[in-house]
Amino acid sequence: MADLETFRRETRAWLEENCPQSMRSPVQSDADQCWGGRNWAFKSEDQRVWLERMAEKGWTAPDWPTEYGGGGLSKEEHKILREEMARIQARPPLASFGVWMIGPAILKFGSEKLKKQHLPPIVRGEIRWCQGYSEPGAGSDLAGLQTRAEDKGDHFIVNGQKIWTSYADKADWMFCLVRTNPDVKKQLGISLVLFDMTTPGVTTRPIKLISGSSPFCETFLENVRVEKDQVVGEIDQGWTIAKYLLTHEREMIGGMGRTAAGQKTLSELAVDALGLEDGRLADSMLRSEVARWDLDARAFELTAERVLDEAKAGQGVGNTSAMLKYYGTELNKRRQELLMAMHGSDAMVWEGEDWREGALPRQWLRSKGNSIEGGTSEIQLNVISRNILGLR
Amino acid sequence: MAGLVLNDEQQMLKDAAQRFFADRAPVSALRRLRDERDATGFSRELWSEMVEMGLVGTLIDEALGGTGFGNVGMGLIAEEAGRNLSASPLLSTAVLGASLVQLAGNDSQKQALLPAIADGSRLTALALDERPRHAPRHIETRAEQNGDGFTLSGRKINVIDGHVADTLIVAGRSTGQPDDSEGLTLLLVDRDAAGVSVQRTIMVDSRNAAIVTFDNVHVPADAVLGTPGKGWKPLQRVLDIANAHLAAELLGIAQESFERTVKYLQERKQFGVTIGSFQGLQHRAAHLFSEIELVKSAVLKALQALDDGDERTPEMVSLAKAKACEVAELATNEGVQMHGGMGMTDEFDIGLFLKRARPVQQLFGDYRYHADRFAALRGY
Repeated sequence: MADLETFRRETRAWLEENCPQSMRSPVQSDADQCWGGRNWAFKSEDQRVWLERMAEKGWTAPDWPTEYGGGGLSKEEHKILREEMARIQARPPLASFGVWMIGPAILKFGSEKLKKQHLPPIVRGEIRWCQGYSEPGAGSDLAGLQTRAEDKGDHFIVNGQKIWTSYADKADWMFCLVRTNPDVKKQLGISLVLFDMTTPGVTTRPIKLISGSSPFCETFLENVRVEKDQVVGEIDQGWTIAKYLLTHEREMIGGMGRTAAGQKTLSELAVDALGLEDGRLADSMLRSEVARWDLDARAFELTAERVLDEAKAGQGVGNTSAMLKYYGTELNKRRQELLMAMHGSDAMVWEGEDWREGALPRQWLRSKGNSIEGGTSEIQLNVISRNILGLR
Repeated sequence: MAGLVLNDEQQMLKDAAQRFFADRAPVSALRRLRDERDATGFSRELWSEMVEMGLVGTLIDEALGGTGFGNVGMGLIAEEAGRNLSASPLLSTAVLGASLVQLAGNDSQKQALLPAIADGSRLTALALDERPRHAPRHIETRAEQNGDGFTLSGRKINVIDGHVADTLIVAGRSTGQPDDSEGLTLLLVDRDAAGVSVQRTIMVDSRNAAIVTFDNVHVPADAVLGTPGKGWKPLQRVLDIANAHLAAELLGIAQESFERTVKYLQERKQFGVTIGSFQGLQHRAAHLFSEIELVKSAVLKALQALDDGDERTPEMVSLAKAKACEVAELATNEGVQMHGGMGMTDEFDIGLFLKRARPVQQLFGDYRYHADRFAALRGY
C-alpha cells in the first residue's frame, strides 16, 4: 500500500510538471483527439509534446510490458494513473486502434517477432492502424467473410473488399480477417493478417454518412502481397482472435455513453436548456425522461464498475461484454435523442457558428451507428440468449 | 474499499441464507399459510429458526444481542427471502424496528428492545403512512403533549405486520401542518394499549398489513423515541434503510421470476420446438437479463453506501429502489406472459411473484416516487 501511495505522489508530480495546460480540458469532439501515425499533423505543439512525454514513459499503453515500450504498470497502478489524469482532466495523449485492439491481440496471440516489430511504434503513436473486418456480404454474419488469401509458399496473395474500415484512408497498417481455407466450416478457415496500407493493390474510398462525416471507408484489396510472418496466431485460427477483439470493441463502444470527467451531465445540460422552477426542471415530461435515463445511466456505470471488480476478485460470470455493448449503446442513443428534444429547433441547425457547426444533430446522427457497429444490438441480444441464457 | 463485490463473509452469509429459505420457507410454505388462512400470517417456528441463525439480529450491535453484520448482510437475506417469497416479520421488526430504535432510542429503550428483537421475543411494526400512495410527511395523526406524556389520535394504513406486533412505532404530529418536516414525534405504543384498534387486512400477496386507529391513546413520556418534534431525521434514514432492503427483495423476486421463466422457455414446446428458440422471446429475455444486471449493481451500491455512511446514500437508495421497482415489474409481467395460459393459473408459482412484487414496490415509494426523489437530489 505504501508503494502505491508513493506511486500516486510521483505520478501526480510528474503529470503536474509534464501535462501542458491546453491538454487539461475534456475532449469535446473527434477533432480534439490525437490519432498519431505517419501522416498525422499535430493540432498544436502541446499535443505533440504531450504524446511524446507520455509515450516515453510507456503511458500511452500503461499496462503493456516495458520490453515492448509499454508502461509495465500493475492494475492498481494503472487505476491510479487514470485517477490522477482525471483529477487534472488530462486528455488521453493518444487515440489508437493499435493500443485498444490489435496491440492487446498481438500481445496475447502474436509471435515474438510481431511483438517486437509492431508494439513499440504503436506505443509511440507512429503507426496508425485500421480494422478490416466487415465486408459488403459479411456484416452481422461476419464469419461468412469472402476475402481470399491464397497460399503462395512464403506469402499470401489477398483479394477482396472490406467495408466500414474506420479511418482506412488515414491509417498506415491494417489488421485484416481473410479466408485462408474455403473448404471447412466457415469459422475454421479464417486468419488474421497484418499489412502496410501502402502495399501495392490496396485502395480506399471514404463513405459519407448521414452525419455528414466520413469516418469509414471501403477498402479494395487487389493481389495484395502479405508475408506469412504477418499472421497473428496460427493460420486458420483467426476466428478465436476475431472474437477476442470483438469483445474488446464491444466494451469500448459500450463505454461511449458514459460521461467523462469534466463533461456536463445530461441533467446539467437539461438545466441549462430548460431552466428550473422550484428546483425542478421546468418541463415536467422531459424531467421524467431525463430522470429515467439518468437512473439507467448511473446503474449502468455501477454495473461496468461491478464487472471489473468481480473480474479482479475472480468472481462473476464473465461473458458480460454483449450486455455492456447492447445497453451502453442504446443508452447513448437515448441520451442523444433527449439532447435533441431539450434543445428543440436549435438542435436542428446544420450549419452556423452559433451552433458549433451543427455539432448536436451530427453527433445525434452518428450515435445511430453505435448499435450497429461492432455487432448490432440484435446480435448482442442473440449472444446473450444463446451463450448466457441457453436459449436456442 | 473492496469495490462492488461481496467479501468472503458476505458470500458465506448469502449461501447460508439461500439454503435456509429454499429449505425452510419455500414458495409452498406461503401457499400453506394462505390456504389455511393462518391467523399470524407467518410461521413463528420459522421466525425462531431465523433467530437461531442470527438473521434477525443482523442490524443489531453484538453488545445488544445481534451480529452487527450490517446492511449488506441484511440485503442478502432480504434478496434470498424475496426469491422464495418467504413470509416473516423480517422487514417490520429486524429492519424497521431494530434500525429505528438504534437510531433514535435512548439507552434504556435500546436495552429493553434490541435484545428482545434479536431473540425473537418482541415484534414491532411501523405505523407511518396515512395515504395509499407513500407520502411520509403527510401526517395528520396528532401526538399532543399532555402533561409528561402524549395523547395520540389518528389513523394509519399499510402497517406491515401491525396485527401481530407487540410494539407499534407511531409517527404522530405534535406541531405544524401535514407535509411539514418539523413537528413529527415518534412514539412506542403497545398494541394492547387502551384506544388502539387494529384491523388486519390480507393483501394481494397473501401477506399482512393493518389499519391501525388511535383514539386518545395515552403515551407516557418514556415511550417517546428520540426528541419530540424531531422525528423526521431518523425516519428519513430508516426509510432509506428499509427501501434498500425492499430493493434487495425486489431483486430476489425479479431474478427468481426470470430464472423460472427462462427454464419454462427451455422446456415448453410448440410447433415442434421449444419456445425459447423463438427470437421474439429470446430478445425480450436477453433485455430483461441486462436490466437485472443493472439492478444487482444499484442494490449492492446502496447497501454499501448505508454501511459506509456515504453522504450520497439517499441518492443511491432511490436509484436502487426506482430501478428495482421498474425491473421487478417488467420481470413479473414478462414472467406471466411468457408462461402463457399457465401463467394465469393459481397452480403455477409465477403469479405469486407478480402478486408479491407490487406491494413491495408500493411500500415506501414506487418507481415514480424514487425517480422524482433521485432527480431532486441530483439538482433537477
